[in-house]
Amino acid sequence: MKKYGKTRNVRRYKSYGMKIVLTIMAGSIACLFLMPMVITVVNSFMTEQEIQTNYGMIFSEKNGRFISETVNLKLIPDWVSLEQYFTVLMKSPDYLMKLWNSLFLVVPIVIFQLIVGCLAAYGFANMRGKGIAMIFFGYIVLMLMPYQVTLVPNYLVAKWMNLIDTNWAIWFPGIFAPFSVYLLTKYMKRIPWEIVEAAEMDGAGQWQIFYHIVVPVCKGAIASCAILIFIDYWNMVEQPVVMFSNANFHPLSVFLSKIQTEDIGIAFAAAVVYMLPVTLIFLYGEDYLIDGIASQGSIK
Amino acid sequence: MRQRKKNKYKYIKKYEIFLLPSLIGILIFFVIPFSVVIWYSMLNNPVDQQFSGLKNFVMIVNNQAFQLAVKNTVLFSIQAVPLAVVISLGLAILLDSKIAFRSQLRTCLLSPMMVPVASVMLVWRVLFDKHGVCNEWFGMSIDWLKSNYGQMVILLLFLWKNLGYNMILFLAALSSAPKDGIEVAVLEGASPLQLFFLIKLRYISPSLFFVTLMTLVNSFKVFREVYIMTGDYPYESLYLLQHFINNTFRTLDYQKMSAAAVLISIVMMTIIGILFLIEGWFGKDVEG
Repeated sequence: MKKYGKTRNVRRYKSYGMKIVLTIMAGSIACLFLMPMVITVVNSFMTEQEIQTNYGMIFSEKNGRFISETVNLKLIPDWVSLEQYFTVLMKSPDYLMKLWNSLFLVVPIVIFQLIVGCLAAYGFANMRGKGIAMIFFGYIVLMLMPYQVTLVPNYLVAKWMNLIDTNWAIWFPGIFAPFSVYLLTKYMKRIPWEIVEAAEMDGAGQWQIFYHIVVPVCKGAIASCAILIFIDYWNMVEQPVVMFSNANFHPLSVFLSKIQTEDIGIAFAAAVVYMLPVTLIFLYGEDYLIDGIASQGSIK
Repeated sequence: MRQRKKNKYKYIKKYEIFLLPSLIGILIFFVIPFSVVIWYSMLNNPVDQQFSGLKNFVMIVNNQAFQLAVKNTVLFSIQAVPLAVVISLGLAILLDSKIAFRSQLRTCLLSPMMVPVASVMLVWRVLFDKHGVCNEWFGMSIDWLKSNYGQMVILLLFLWKNLGYNMILFLAALSSAPKDGIEVAVLEGASPLQLFFLIKLRYISPSLFFVTLMTLVNSFKVFREVYIMTGDYPYESLYLLQHFINNTFRTLDYQKMSAAAVLISIVMMTIIGILFLIEGWFGKDVEG
């Protein structure tokens, strides 16, 4: 008895030390992951002048002359100011216009891809047979295709339909993208059939069952799907670069990447403004996001 | 079960209506134009419309820019995929053990996923510019993005962004390993290492497959990061397939573009097929 107790104590002690080590390790990893965001946010509260003195060497090489001679990565601003935000939001309409472009591109895609996806998923979840399985597998393959492949056909259709340089060129392929079909089908296959059957007994038609039972049951899955689609398209670069020759249509992501020397003073604030919508969605919907990722799980 | 079968026959027509919008969209925007792309890839030019067989493919394979793009893309994927899979598995195991602040840590690791690359691009440039912080701290003078280290910088960005997503997938798999089996193994005196390699690894093997697949797909999307950091014409080591395609869009060289797209899709399908075969081979005894 005694001996048993002793080994147990030793083991516990060992695991306690281990725990501390692991926690410290985890803490430093977390810091490392958060760093880029923290730096961006902190820098957005510096005055434009401070940014230019800190990073002049990096961003103002254009004329062969630098504004400052040193590079300074500071985590605490000399002077906390909202100057950058004031410039971005009030003085230069460009940024707000591009932010509006981004929203206007992404929101319809999220809404309509979900509608199309829900309908198709309901069909796929209920139909059996080799043919349907083949079509579904086709959706998966299409989902896995990189932009290098899908952008060429998308561009051709847009050209035939005269959609180049309009939002439709990005909306259409986005709305019919197979991702939400895939995720929602996986979820709908797990709905207990008894619920649907009970509704059938009570005389509900197919559309009623879909609208009043299946959709409410899948609310969580739909939310995670919406978040994943939003994050993906909010970050898009490839499509606008190919589809829009006119830079005025570009979303903020592309615009930020082409930021010019003289704008560096406000770039950090613009970056934070661009980050804000997704951050809010992430903070409120993290559980949905995690559910959504986890349920992608295995492919079948 | 029998009830279900009966219902299936009763409603089979009506379910097809639900599929219709999506199917039509996919046909119009993906399948039909892609067939045309295949057709274009075998013509000598869109005006003449003369069949030229595999000439375009030969031309593209011999194209220097294409070779460079393929080389760089493959090189990047070969580095990125194993690293992303192994590190994220490690992180998942770390999070699966009982450490403090688990959910906060999970949030931290997942947060890069939602941050648009364009937003943190400034930080990366500050760190890795020729006059950047990294050089100053370590007393080097490498122009990271315009040297052969360019891929490393992008790799760092890729890992930072993708590890969280992979980790969540692994965490879900780890928690799905049956508790009683593990308990029995612990009682029998299995060491943590045995526990992991002999039991848990079997249960995460389907996700191991899925994570590998998704990481591979995501590694093809890394153009986004490269474009944001370096623009249309990056340093040689960062010239990727998407750059090649984008530049052919600009010149509207349909044959080149379509042949490239068809070629890439064939390669992708082969890779996906092989991965599925491997999955069917290894994953069999777990599913039962």
